[in-house]
Amino acid sequence: MKKIIKSLLPMFAFSFFVACNNENKGSNTSGDDNTTTTTSGGQETVQDEESQKDIVKIAVGSKDHSTLVAALKQADYVTALSNAGPFTVFAPTNAAFDKLPAGTVDGLMKADKKNDLQNILEYHVSIGVFKENMMQDGQLIDQANNQKITISKSTDGKITVNGKANILAAIPASNGLVYVIDEVLLPPAKN
Amino acid sequence: MKIFQPKKWQYLFITAFAFFLLESCKPKGTQSAAGGDATKAYVAPGKYDEFYNFVSGGFSGQMSVYGLPSGRLLRVIPVFSTDPEKGWGFSEETKPMLNTSHGFVPWDDAHHPELSQTNGEVDGRWVFINGNNTPRIARIDLKTFRTAEIIEIPNSAGNHSSAFVTENTEYVVAGTRFSIPPDDANGDVPIDSYKQNFKGNVSFLSVDPKEGHMKIAFQIRTPGVNFDLSHAGKGNSHGWFFFSCYNSEQANTLLEVNASQRDKDFIMAVNWKKAEEYLKAGKGRKQAVRYAHNIYSDKTHSATSTIETEITVLDSKELADMVYLIPCPKSPHGCDVDPTGEYIVGSGKLAALMPVYSFTKIQKAIADKAFDGDYEGIPVIKYEAALHGEVQKPGLGPLHTEFDANGNAYTSMFVSSEVVKWNVKSLEVLDRVPTYYSIGHLMVPGGDSKKPFGKYLVAYNKITKDRYLPTGPELTQSAQLYDISGDKMKLILDFPTIGEPHYAQAAPAELINKNSLKFFKIEENENPYAAKGEGQAKVTREGNKVHVYMTSIRSHFNPDNIEGVKVGDEVYFHVTNLEQDWDVPHGFSVKGANNAELLIMPGETQTLKWVPEKSGMFPFYCTDFCSALHQEMQGYIRVSPRGSNVALEYSTGKTPAPSAAKEPAK
Repeated sequence: MKKIIKSLLPMFAFSFFVACNNENKGSNTSGDDNTTTTTSGGQETVQDEESQKDIVKIAVGSKDHSTLVAALKQADYVTALSNAGPFTVFAPTNAAFDKLPAGTVDGLMKADKKNDLQNILEYHVSIGVFKENMMQDGQLIDQANNQKITISKSTDGKITVNGKANILAAIPASNGLVYVIDEVLLPPAKN
Repeated sequence: MKIFQPKKWQYLFITAFAFFLLESCKPKGTQSAAGGDATKAYVAPGKYDEFYNFVSGGFSGQMSVYGLPSGRLLRVIPVFSTDPEKGWGFSEETKPMLNTSHGFVPWDDAHHPELSQTNGEVDGRWVFINGNNTPRIARIDLKTFRTAEIIEIPNSAGNHSSAFVTENTEYVVAGTRFSIPPDDANGDVPIDSYKQNFKGNVSFLSVDPKEGHMKIAFQIRTPGVNFDLSHAGKGNSHGWFFFSCYNSEQANTLLEVNASQRDKDFIMAVNWKKAEEYLKAGKGRKQAVRYAHNIYSDKTHSATSTIETEITVLDSKELADMVYLIPCPKSPHGCDVDPTGEYIVGSGKLAALMPVYSFTKIQKAIADKAFDGDYEGIPVIKYEAALHGEVQKPGLGPLHTEFDANGNAYTSMFVSSEVVKWNVKSLEVLDRVPTYYSIGHLMVPGGDSKKPFGKYLVAYNKITKDRYLPTGPELTQSAQLYDISGDKMKLILDFPTIGEPHYAQAAPAELINKNSLKFFKIEENENPYAAKGEGQAKVTREGNKVHVYMTSIRSHFNPDNIEGVKVGDEVYFHVTNLEQDWDVPHGFSVKGANNAELLIMPGETQTLKWVPEKSGMFPFYCTDFCSALHQEMQGYIRVSPRGSNVALEYSTGKTPAPSAAKEPAK
């Protein structure tokens, strides 16, 4: 029991940190920058430890997704993904981010790269719940950044995204579905 | 690797720190709303609000009326759902209002109120609202704040893109959410024959300019898509109507996935002046259908329901120059026209941008035949040819747009839970404010007319969670009032709503309150069962039907003693309220009645049907506290067994002599 409390406490504190940080960002947006995608109008501040966890709470609670969580915070995406959705989120693990060329993540976390970061993160989000049994080989799914991902499905039902990313786990959330993937999905260059 | 192992004192510190964060994390919206801005929503006791706000009740089936800026609930108007409080759908006079071709339907899902307009401006006469489930449109008379008319829409299911009006309320429209086999076709077909057998429809209902009576002027038969929302053209675009449609894939299952396949669905532009020409030229096809048309009369204080049997259908495939399709990204929801009538905003709820179309460009594209082929015979205008421009990165999940008088638009963003203000011409995003939580519709007073009144914006949110004291699993849905008089939108008030608010409308109070009726004149009461004075009170029997012509006035009923009613009789209490004074309704209720109470306005007659099933003594009383002697306003009805010889008698204030006391019936 003690052990569980020990491991939960820092996480608990962290989740508040996430919530608060975003709240502050929200109030910032009433300043000069009006083109930020999200402000704090979301349910991330709702105190509710009983309901099924939403996508953000799942990500925050996963030790394998600290890079993704940091990126969501930086991109002001915590609010949207705490809301009603429904979403399908392809959630790259820390190891997946580590596969990117050195310095990529750090570069994207800079303030002047916020639009690029948002674009990449939105490319990991579909509005709608796409269960594995509904996916078909060759299916295109529209992502929140207005580009498509391609689903491949082998005869034994194994799903690959964009010919590369494997689904490591599927975690149902209150507001959708999280697929843990082993690659970061990079949006094709827009013309 | 050494893992951090906190000691006991460190736990305390962490806990305290977490607590500190918790405290600093309380939603700031509530606090700022309770701050300086809240005074802007304050209306002093005894003072009137600036605006009437008509809000759909969603799955309550009703419409609520609020004052703005106070957010005070002024009235819930029963429309499509029975309301035992007011006897709506329970009294004999109001039952026909809920009649349909499916019989008596006591509930619906009310979505989009629309105030009547003259010259594109809100005129304060009527407010229309659609019933989504069993397709209907209701007209509410703003003299009485009561539902005056309900008309059913044939060939439809899910009347969602309704009840929007043209510039002079020439028409109120309906568009079917579900495409279905037409009413005169065999509907008993395989569901997967959708593409062959299912058709869409939009309906144009003409509105009598004086009385407001609706009539289905014509329907336009369309491909089997889903119609979502609509708005009329105005100014230059007067004569046109714009409907958003999704499911151009024509999927019949799991639309969540299957109706989102195509990159673009459509905004359907209808040239209704052209449709009128075709109608006049006899190009319409008569179709045999059945639909109810229900009208309530303030003279007879009762409703009639008529089943109509024919409509005229114009085919979008056969009749040229009447209907065009404009591509719109990703399942468009809102379809909104700016005050000038030049700009049409399509809100693809899954799209990352918002297209704004130009009416002038649409006209040019049509003239130049700038088409990308056709969709089931309807020309598809090239996207770029119709486009004024796109609002880039407006937010996530754009749904609905309203306008102010200064060239700005306000769009609700469901997914990112915010209102985004942008300039219609420059398409530049100017401001954004969060909503708590997950906004659906939004409303600016006059915000879909030629003359927006601006000043306030109300967000109607879908999710409430922690905004109010919790009330178990079901929470009231939250509206939020914003001051939009400055450059930046400011949250000034939260207020609860009934059912689920979808769209809403608002009008300046002075446009409406000056016409508000105070009571019905008793001498004009044409209800055949009215007793227009205590001298006319009586009880009559026709076979097993007993008619009680009853009056109510402070503080008694006449008659208040009734005998000679028998088990199995159909008793009709026709209660006339003789008061001629503002705000003095009387109620009427009888013990064991299997329906509801009556709530009778001054000068009005309403009827409660009661079939006693056992003999005994049944008290009745006034339910609406009317006077100091309200508690004395009561009576008895004696029910005897079938075949009893107790004579039919009635009285008020008759004191029997001790010797005249009657024996119980044998």
